[in-house]
Amino acid sequence: MSPRVTVIDYGIGNIHSVLKALRHQGAEVTLATAPDAIAGADRLVLPGVGAFGDGMRALTARGQLDAIREYVLLSRPLLGICLGMQLLLAESEEFGHHRGLGLIEGSVRAIENRPTVKVPQIGWNRIVPPPGGSWDGTLLEPLPSGTMMYFVHSFTAAPTHETDRLADADYGGQRISAAVQRGNVIGCQFHPEKSGSAGLRVIDRFLTI
Amino acid sequence: MKPDPQKLPRRVIARLDIKGPNLVKGIHLEGLRVIGDPAEHAVRYYQAGADELLYIDIVASLYERNNLVDVVSRTASEIFVPLTVGGGIRKVDDIHQLLRAGADKVAINTGAIRRPELIAEASRTFGSQCIVVSIEAKRRREGGWEAYTDNGRERTGLDVVEWAQRAVELGAGEVLVTSVDAEGTRKGFDLELVQTLGPRLPVPVIACGGAGSIDHVVSAFDRGADAVAVASILHYKTESMGSLKAGLAARGLEVRS
Repeated sequence: MSPRVTVIDYGIGNIHSVLKALRHQGAEVTLATAPDAIAGADRLVLPGVGAFGDGMRALTARGQLDAIREYVLLSRPLLGICLGMQLLLAESEEFGHHRGLGLIEGSVRAIENRPTVKVPQIGWNRIVPPPGGSWDGTLLEPLPSGTMMYFVHSFTAAPTHETDRLADADYGGQRISAAVQRGNVIGCQFHPEKSGSAGLRVIDRFLTI
Repeated sequence: MKPDPQKLPRRVIARLDIKGPNLVKGIHLEGLRVIGDPAEHAVRYYQAGADELLYIDIVASLYERNNLVDVVSRTASEIFVPLTVGGGIRKVDDIHQLLRAGADKVAINTGAIRRPELIAEASRTFGSQCIVVSIEAKRRREGGWEAYTDNGRERTGLDVVEWAQRAVELGAGEVLVTSVDAEGTRKGFDLELVQTLGPRLPVPVIACGGAGSIDHVVSAFDRGADAVAVASILHYKTESMGSLKAGLAARGLEVRS
């Protein structure tokens, strides 16, 4: 039987690529707006590209916030991608101060605009486990350390607890949180659906968690 | 040249110019020759390691029509790297249509020059990361470059550097700059143009036009291009995407293998 995945539709950004990649890897994909469909999902994806405040407002307006929290209590896997990962954190300083889902402690802040780097970060960057960390048994298990993934973002997550970091990337000397995980809540800043065959391996892994 | 630790791995983008159902290639954006089926080439370049793909419908601006949606939807389900699509984009709704068909970003040239507010509207609606402003640059006799539209045929009177800076202020997330003088010649990039824009703009600059050898591509990165778009070198099989990237790696540039 095909693994079933529910992708949250909250009207933010272009989610066609995520749907396409999940389907290509054999998932039966449902796009869901209704809180019931979100709370009752087998596997849940929170996609999204755009601003943090807009994202939270959109989730709130559709009654999806509580549905996501309810879903997470059932210990089923949740994958946030890009803005979807950032929304997992407690707060953001993007265009003012905003509260996030708070599933992972920490905040979202701007990538420092140093003269050596361009913001947004657009392109491929290497991801590695955080110091002392390992990808054994995680979403990133199929990847060798140093695999290049595709990033497009101006803000970056700073988890409070080192143990919530799953992968890091280096951007002109700044530590970028490339993936986070706390229990069944996982987020990746890079786009697995746009990261070629390495990204598709991550999606395969998500479908078997 | 040593790898620059401050730079991301160098992005190599395969550019496919599309006319009706065909992949085409010209010289100085003119004298178009049919290369083959765009879908077949796009999937091959993706599989061989292209970091991104760029489709430009090069007649859309001229005849105010848009053939791209069909090619995009036929290929998007097989391509899992970013896909940028341009040609004939006049309004926000055109962008909706291309994104629905499977594009990740759009490239806007004529539409943005006629109505610069389109850049602001589009970046507000879809985010800056989705909006690439495409500039056709032709050298001026008196120095500098002028922006052109309609495949280097129509003058705009706009200075390329000023227009690029304005486009970024309006919300462009990346700037694609094609040298009309170098395009299709396979004699190398307009390096002065690359050097003028690359380090100056706060957003990534994609250099396009003139790549005929691995060394040409190295020079463009060396002068500050964040990404390079190539066409003839692949279409005429001077290099494959694989041999091009291996060559860049052998010359000390970090690329995705």
